[in-house]
This record gives sequence, structure tokens and C-alpha cells, in this order.
Amino acid sequence: MADGPSDNKQSGGERGNKPALQLHVPEPHYRPGDKVDFSHVEVPEAGRQPRPDEACAARETEALCYDLVRVLGEDYRAHGPWDPKLDADTLRTMLRNFALTRAFDERMFRGQRQGKTSFYMKCTGEEATSIASSMALASDDMVFPSYRQQGILIARGYPLVEMINQIYSNRGDKLKGRQLPIMYSSREHSFFSISGNLATQTPQAVGWAMASAIKGDSRIAATWVGEGSTAEGDFHSACTFATVYNAPVILNVINNQWAISSFSGFAGAERTTFAARALGYGLAGLRVDGNDPLACYAAQQWAANRARANAGPTLVEYFTYRAEGHSTSDDPSGYRSAQEREEWPLGDPVMRLKKHLMALGEWDEQRDEAMDAECADQVKKATKEAEKNGILGHGLHHPFRTMFEDVFEELPWHLKEQSEQAIRERETKFPEGLPKQ
Amino acid sequence: MIEAINDALSIKLDQDPDVIVMGEDVGYFGGVFRATAGLQEKYGKTRVFDTPISECGIIGVAVGMGAYGLRPVPEIQFADYIYPGLDQLISEAARLRYRSAAEYIAPLTVRSPFGGGIFGGQTHSQSPEAIFAHVSGLKTVIPSTPYDAKGLLIAAIEDNDPVIFFEPKRIYNGPFSGYYDKPVEPWKKHEDSVVPEGHYSIPLGKARKVIEGEELTVLAYGTMVHVARAVCEKKGVDADIVDLRTIVPLDIEAIEASVRKTGRCLIVHEATRTSGFGAELSALVTERCFYHLEAPVERVTGFDTPYPHSLEWAYFPGPVRIGEAIDKILSE
Repeated sequence: MADGPSDNKQSGGERGNKPALQLHVPEPHYRPGDKVDFSHVEVPEAGRQPRPDEACAARETEALCYDLVRVLGEDYRAHGPWDPKLDADTLRTMLRNFALTRAFDERMFRGQRQGKTSFYMKCTGEEATSIASSMALASDDMVFPSYRQQGILIARGYPLVEMINQIYSNRGDKLKGRQLPIMYSSREHSFFSISGNLATQTPQAVGWAMASAIKGDSRIAATWVGEGSTAEGDFHSACTFATVYNAPVILNVINNQWAISSFSGFAGAERTTFAARALGYGLAGLRVDGNDPLACYAAQQWAANRARANAGPTLVEYFTYRAEGHSTSDDPSGYRSAQEREEWPLGDPVMRLKKHLMALGEWDEQRDEAMDAECADQVKKATKEAEKNGILGHGLHHPFRTMFEDVFEELPWHLKEQSEQAIRERETKFPEGLPKQ
Repeated sequence: MIEAINDALSIKLDQDPDVIVMGEDVGYFGGVFRATAGLQEKYGKTRVFDTPISECGIIGVAVGMGAYGLRPVPEIQFADYIYPGLDQLISEAARLRYRSAAEYIAPLTVRSPFGGGIFGGQTHSQSPEAIFAHVSGLKTVIPSTPYDAKGLLIAAIEDNDPVIFFEPKRIYNGPFSGYYDKPVEPWKKHEDSVVPEGHYSIPLGKARKVIEGEELTVLAYGTMVHVARAVCEKKGVDADIVDLRTIVPLDIEAIEASVRKTGRCLIVHEATRTSGFGAELSALVTERCFYHLEAPVERVTGFDTPYPHSLEWAYFPGPVRIGEAIDKILSE
């Protein structure tokens, strides 16, 4: 480096009286075996957060970007201006959606362990961030989910059998066995096709919202992304486009603390909140207790009303905790303290909603047990039904030729040739007719 | 060619309220190459508009618009800038139809000026078409005349698949013989400049016979069609020049018919050589026409270096390189 400045040697060494620079590599608070103490997590009292007008200037949400919107108190009653004042039937529907999603996750996780499919992802502990929030949207508002929002489909009444067909990649799978399990798509339910590439759905949601505005439609778009994925360029492009065009869109960030084994510090959480990202873009921002179903509902309702009134896009951070592993291919005991889940200071969303309904005198243990049993039974029946269409690797899949369909609208010559080849090969590869893998 | 492109955009904006034109500087100013001049004034700010400098955002937003039901025509100012948008093109636009079993489609047409010859240096001169040809689910179109530019662009916008539409900027204003100091003949005075008014389209996947000949097949697209033609005419070679127009889908019938007739094949493109689209063409010709070949297939391409600024004309695959290759093929 003869051309370089003499005091800037690549290998370090003599630096005169200048202090040696130091690199910071984030480290989570607890590793396996550590005792957990979440006292550094500030949990403000429920009901104390102000609720600005939905059409307010984005900067008026500044304090809320560092606060935590909470409705359900320690007494399991709703408090303060963010109380969405939901009636008991809506709350019970929400609880049932929670319970059904949990039962579904439980069964599918087991199904993966039994070899019925290759992969599954539970949303345990995060149910409120998808179910409660999506219940505040209109059923035809378009959602651009990430991979842990199965609760939205369940809340929108998508048949469980269809979901399981997709997970099993069987001949009933509407997606013809092309997508990884849990990467659903349902145009009928305004649920966008899930991508495995992270945060790509965020500018797409903004584009959809822009299109809706260009056409003078009244439907808005909402997207969900994990806190780890906010580091992707797509997320920042999405924020820029959303603010530039005042797109009727909601950007939901699920801060569940863990991106596989990397804690939220690797997405920048040590320096500021994810909601505060909104401020630099001129977006409204809300930081919400993601385990408080009423707060999740209220925040999404606020953002939806704001978008629908052309008052602007909103970034909502749900502060929550991924209670289970990242997926069936992950073992969290290898990187975090097993105690974390128990000690998480914001509790469990299903339990909190259940106790809220009980505090209102609208629910009891008997009904709760009956509901859980019904949900388990409903999932079991759907599983049996879906298994008639096959499970992964058992040959009950879509015909070979479908592999070549939908690459383009029409089959070009080279895909026709390759399709014929695949069908020819089949007879040699699988003389008994059906491939095992 | 610029006027033909502008005309095609105007026609589609006029005919189809779902067509949206967007990109850096395309609105009020009409684009750095003026391809979108006057369109915002005519069709309004929500149909033709400027975007932030974010190729990932432009393409990602266009995918979302396509999913809604619009037909966005985003412009990427230079093909060299398309890389930040690649994930959205490769993982999203190209595969949306497939992964959703046709529940959602991304019918976008990404327009982008490409190729060298204007002293654009390494970041305003590249020809990245091979990257897109390698991706399942994208169509790649490269016109070489104003007539084709208009007809192919209209077809691309009407197509329900995502299309990359590369505009060879060296020939925006006229064809080009390959000699850097030779003045460009304006399209207005050129035989290929006749562009009918109104709507017409050219199907994607159909090549154009530039000139008929018996001695040699030249496979080319974009700028190189004109350079190859000028060389063949100057050398008096009786060449069969096939302008591919679209490299995906590819007109394999036209290629096979020509090579079987002439028995000799030269492939010319401006992009770098290794793993370029010429390699694919060479393999296809060898696989499908081997027993008709009287000489090895030759490729004339750019060099495997970044596009240089001051040595641009040493890099450019011009008449000398093409002439040598023709001599070699014909001498076999």
C-alpha cells in the first residue's frame, strides 16, 4: 500500500496517539443456561398511551414510536383511549381464531415430525399480531404476509383442508406442489402468495396500494415482515415509496426478538425501536404490545382508518416473542435460554384474551376446554380429509406435466421438449408408476 | 427509434387505462433519453410518474401493481442499474405465476436502454441480457429497428408475462455500421424507419430475416444486427442475417432453417463472451444442426472485461472482429 496514507496501515500497528477503533458485535442478553431477567424491558402501564387523531401529522406519533401501546392491564380489563371496545361476540371469535390456529400449529408440527411433510412454522406466542390485527381490516383489504401469518387465513375462513393440502404438497394442493409448506396463496381471500425471499412483499404491498389509489378503489393493503428482515433493502424501498406517494398501506413489523438464531440486535434493535424507523421516512409509527390482542387490533384499526382516509401510511411494530423455534428445522435451545419463554414479561396472547373474556363474565373454563377440544377435533378431521389427497412423497401429487405449466402463460417450445423428456424419464425412473420422493 | 417507443407507450396508455408508466425522470421531464416525453402531460400524473431512485422499489412496486391488475411499464434508466432490482425480477416477477399456480401474475414490461457505443463507461454500457435469459419465467426482447421497437413494445405490454425490453441506445437515433467515427445515418432517412401510425404488434418469439443469403447465417440482435449487416455488405458476403428480436422465447425454427440452408453460423452480440447468450445459441445450433454444419460455429462478442471508457472502441465488437470471424468460417 505504498500509495496509501502513511498512518493508515492496513494491518493496524502504530497509530500515534489516536485511539484504536473498536467494532461492536451485538450479543443477546441470555444464552443457553443463563438465568433470565427481563427487567430491562420497559412495560408501561396499560391505557396510559395517548391515541392521536388518525389523520394527525406523522410526527405526532413520535412518542408512540418509543412507547408501547397497551390496552389489557394486569387486571385483564381494557384501559385507556386505545380500547377498541369490541363486543363479546367479536372477542370470542378472536379467541376461537387463536385457539384454532394454535391447534392447527400443534397438529402440523406433529405431522412434520411424523414425516408427512418437509417443513412447518408455528406462530405460537405471536397469534395476536396476525389474527387480532387482520380482524381490524376489511375482508377484501389485501394482505402481503410473511411466513408466520397463517392466522390471517384462519381468521378469514380459508378452509383448513386447503391449508393442509398445501402443507402436504399433495394432489389437492391448489399450488400444484410447487411451494414450500406454509407458503400459501389465496386470491379469493385477498392473501398474497408468500415468498421465501425476505421482505420482497413489502414494496409489492406498497405497489398494490398505489394501484388501488390510482384506480380510485377503497381497498387498502397491509404487509407483515419480521424485525430481522427490516434490514433488507426492499423494506427501505417500501418505506420510501409508501411515504412519497402517501400510499394507503400498513407496514407491520413483527419484532419477535429472534431471526432464527440472530437476536433483534442484528437488525439494529440496540440503538432504537423498529417503530422509530417510521420517523425518518415521515411515516406514522406505532409500537404495540404484540401479546395484547386488543392493542394489536386497535393499532391496526387506527392505521387502517388513517390509510382509508388518505391520511397516510403507518409502520406498526409489534413487540412480541417467538415462543417456539423458527421452524421445524430449528432448535432454539442451541442459542437462547430456555427460560426466556417462561419469563417473557408480556405473557401469552391467548391466555390474556381468555382471561379478559372471563373478567368480563363472558367466558369460563368449561367453555374454554370445550372450545379447545372442538378446535383439535376440527383440525383432526381436516387432516384426515387432506390425507386422502396424499402426503409429501407418497406419489399422490400433481401430474408431471404440471411442473412445466405456469412458467409462462403459454408453453414455449423448449418447455414442451423438456416436459416430454420428464414424462419419458418417468417410465424408467419409476417403473412401478409412482415416485417415492 | 425513440419516437417509435414513445408512440407505442402513448398508444397503450390511450387504449388501456390499466397501463402505468413509471421510473426515474420519466414524468415531467420525459426521461433522460426522452422516451416518455409528453406522456405525463397527456395522461396525467397518476398514469405517468417519476419514482424514487430505487430499482428494487420500482420493480417491487410494479409487481404489486401487476398483482392488483394493472400493467405497469417501469423504466430502469440504464440497464447497468437493474441489478438492485434483480431479486424482485428473478425471485418475484418471474415466478409469481408459477408459485401461485396462476392466481397472481406480474404483467410488467421493464424498459431499459442497454449496450455501449456512447462513451458511457462501465456503468452506462452493459448488455446484461444473458442474466435474464437464464431466469425461468422472464421474456427478453431486444428490437433493432423503429418498426420493431413499436410493434414489440406493444406486444410486450399486452403480454401477461413479465418482459424485459432492452433498447439498444446506440441506435436510438439511427442505425450504425460499427465504425465509431462514421456518422450515424438518421432513422428518418433509413429504409427501416417506416413506422405505421396506430396500433400494431409483433409476436414475441418470431425472428426477422434482415437479408436473405446462402453463404453464411448470422444470428444477431439489437445494435449488432446493423454492424453485421454493414460488414457483410462491405465484404460482399451472401449472408442470411437473422435478427432474433426476442431471445426468450427464441425462434428456434428460424435459426434451424437458416443454418441448415447455409451450413455456417456466426453469432454476434455485444455482451461479454463467457456464458453469454451466444454460448446458448452456439450450443443449440450444434445440437440441432450439427450434420448440416460445414464449419465450427463462431462467436463475436465483447471482451470479458468491464466496459472501458477511453478504450471503448477497442472493446466494441466491430467490423474488424466480425470480418475476421467471417473469413475464418468461410475458409473452412
